[in-house]
Amino acid sequence: MQYFDTLIVLLQSTVRVSVPLILAALAGLYSERSGIFDIGLEGKMLGAAFGGGAIAALTGSAWLGMGAAVLVAVALALVHAFASITQRGNQIVSGVAINFIAAGATVILGQAWFRQGGRTPPLGGEARFRTIELPFADALRDIPILGPIYANLLSGHYVLTYFAFALVPFTWWVLFRTRFGLRLRAVGENPGAVDTAGISVAWLRYRAVICCGILTGVAGAYLSLAMTAGFVKGMTAGKGFIALAALIFAKWKPVNVMFACLLFGFLDAAAIRMQGNPLPIIGQVPSQFMQALPYVLTVVLLAGFIGKAIPPKAGGVPYTKER
Amino acid sequence: MSAPYAKLPAWVDFGLIPLINLIVAFLVAGLVVLLVGENPIRAAGLLVEGAFGYGEGIGFTLYYATNFIFTGLAVAIAFHCGLFNIGGEGQAYVGGLGVALPCLWFDTILPWYLTFPLVILGSMFFGALWALIPGYLQAKRGSHVVITTIMFNFIASSLMVYLLVDVLKPRGSMSPETRTFEEGGQLPRLDWLLEIFGLNIGGAPFNLSFLLALVASFVVWLIVWRTRLGYEIRTRGFSPSAARYAGMKEARIIIVTMMLSGALAGMMAINPIMGEQYRMQLDFVGGAGFVGIAVALMGRSHPAGIIPAAILFGMLYQGGAEISFEMPQISRDMIVIIQGLVILFAGAMEHMFRPAIASFFIAFGGRSGVPAAPASE
Repeated sequence: MQYFDTLIVLLQSTVRVSVPLILAALAGLYSERSGIFDIGLEGKMLGAAFGGGAIAALTGSAWLGMGAAVLVAVALALVHAFASITQRGNQIVSGVAINFIAAGATVILGQAWFRQGGRTPPLGGEARFRTIELPFADALRDIPILGPIYANLLSGHYVLTYFAFALVPFTWWVLFRTRFGLRLRAVGENPGAVDTAGISVAWLRYRAVICCGILTGVAGAYLSLAMTAGFVKGMTAGKGFIALAALIFAKWKPVNVMFACLLFGFLDAAAIRMQGNPLPIIGQVPSQFMQALPYVLTVVLLAGFIGKAIPPKAGGVPYTKER
Repeated sequence: MSAPYAKLPAWVDFGLIPLINLIVAFLVAGLVVLLVGENPIRAAGLLVEGAFGYGEGIGFTLYYATNFIFTGLAVAIAFHCGLFNIGGEGQAYVGGLGVALPCLWFDTILPWYLTFPLVILGSMFFGALWALIPGYLQAKRGSHVVITTIMFNFIASSLMVYLLVDVLKPRGSMSPETRTFEEGGQLPRLDWLLEIFGLNIGGAPFNLSFLLALVASFVVWLIVWRTRLGYEIRTRGFSPSAARYAGMKEARIIIVTMMLSGALAGMMAINPIMGEQYRMQLDFVGGAGFVGIAVALMGRSHPAGIIPAAILFGMLYQGGAEISFEMPQISRDMIVIIQGLVILFAGAMEHMFRPAIASFFIAFGGRSGVPAAPASE
């Protein structure tokens, strides 16, 4: 029973840390499937977390905060879109730039506006998202096995958590069952064909990048309005890159993305839990090893040792009409 | 849609357009300063004063510039091959092992001028090693080098934390760093160089690795523009299919270029470890690997452009630290914004002002503004 409880706690924190990864990785999925590589997920998430934290602190409303977070992330996404679609610039370079601008600007503006060393004021009450208890969670808690699973694992999360998980089938449906999704995938594989069909490549890609902005915005809002009460300098701490790794690890497929993010989230949760607790047979595992594992796994996958990750064919290539 | 780029005189292409891009980046940075409620012109004045106003400031500026020359060269040489090495940060971090280990082993036995060559080789070896795997995977398995080098930055960071906390830290010490090197592990300062100009270096850690950076710049120029390997690198960067058609071994070029790039990034570790702190600390690279991207873009991947670009960023680092005394709102994070803006305007949007400038030249310049044949790509 004790192991079971530990497992539930572990899985619960896995869900908690996976949510921003799922949102950010799905964001990247929209963009990259349309042929726009995005290594600026980290920066957009950070900017959104700051915007959300700042506005929620000023207005006292978590939902207004989330609106601001989405606006900031979409604005940054549009910069990326303008550079890589309209200007036909290098998408990697543009993504790197956005990461730096967000990393610097959040600290400078945070310090200037709130004077708390780059933090936003701590949020409470209506300014922060609260967890939702599913019906009968308390009543069912005492049922063995299923009770804790329902009460602790399925119930008691933020709205955004349920939103993130609902987004996985929704994204699958959009990509594989709608006209927009078909065109989005087509423009990432063969923009010339889409253009020949009389559909604007640029507008389609802009829409995909805006989708990416909205979702990174929600991911940022989750960080500063739900998971933590307020923005802390550099709070994304590489989550944008883990999400990118998960996206590649999932071979750009929505359902795989969820499992990859859960796996990487589990590694993260387990690393925190295992600090100072040696494992039965293996003994003490350095926590740095656990932290590096998602990146190592992604490299191994990229090397083609476990399946092959093939990116969208036109990814990273600016589209030029009639040359 | 795609109007072919008009051919412009070289001084416009390599001088005017980068300058305009840079000015736009600084104007936007000025807006951020305004937003924070400070005067951008006064901030710029303080910045230049803090970086070049006195001997110690110049010493610090050149100390930071040394780091950026190395990482800038690392990014640039990969650019020439059409590769984007974002892994300079990790390569420099692991390169630190190649500096720290020889210093720890020989600092009591050998004088610094004998440890120095070992350290150079060591840092190059470890830096190259960390770039070898992404290079190999790109060349042989087609894994995108951008993604793998990002992953390797994080792996490097975990690895070095582990090594510093669990292996290299002297027993009984609390802080995750190696022991302080004795005299054999300390590079001499270049105070005499500044004294020629009548400047007092003060406490600035401006040291011999600056001269090593200048030598490395010359060697990179030599390799890229004066050797067969450099010709192959540039050919592959210009057109991979042309390189293959000409019978060049593409995989070999990619791997060798990445190793050269990693070796250059690794040498950056010499400056802070053997030149300033005399020990290896956690996170000693401090973002210099990423600054290298901005430096290489600004310097147009040519050593003659990289050195001034590195000094400019050195100025921003040193001057930025000085500004924060006078204007507490502006910390060194301002530099991170400027760095991002430079990468955006000089890199991703480098052609934004080109059509306007081209039509200006066609309208007023006459002869030189002849439209060229459509660029083939």
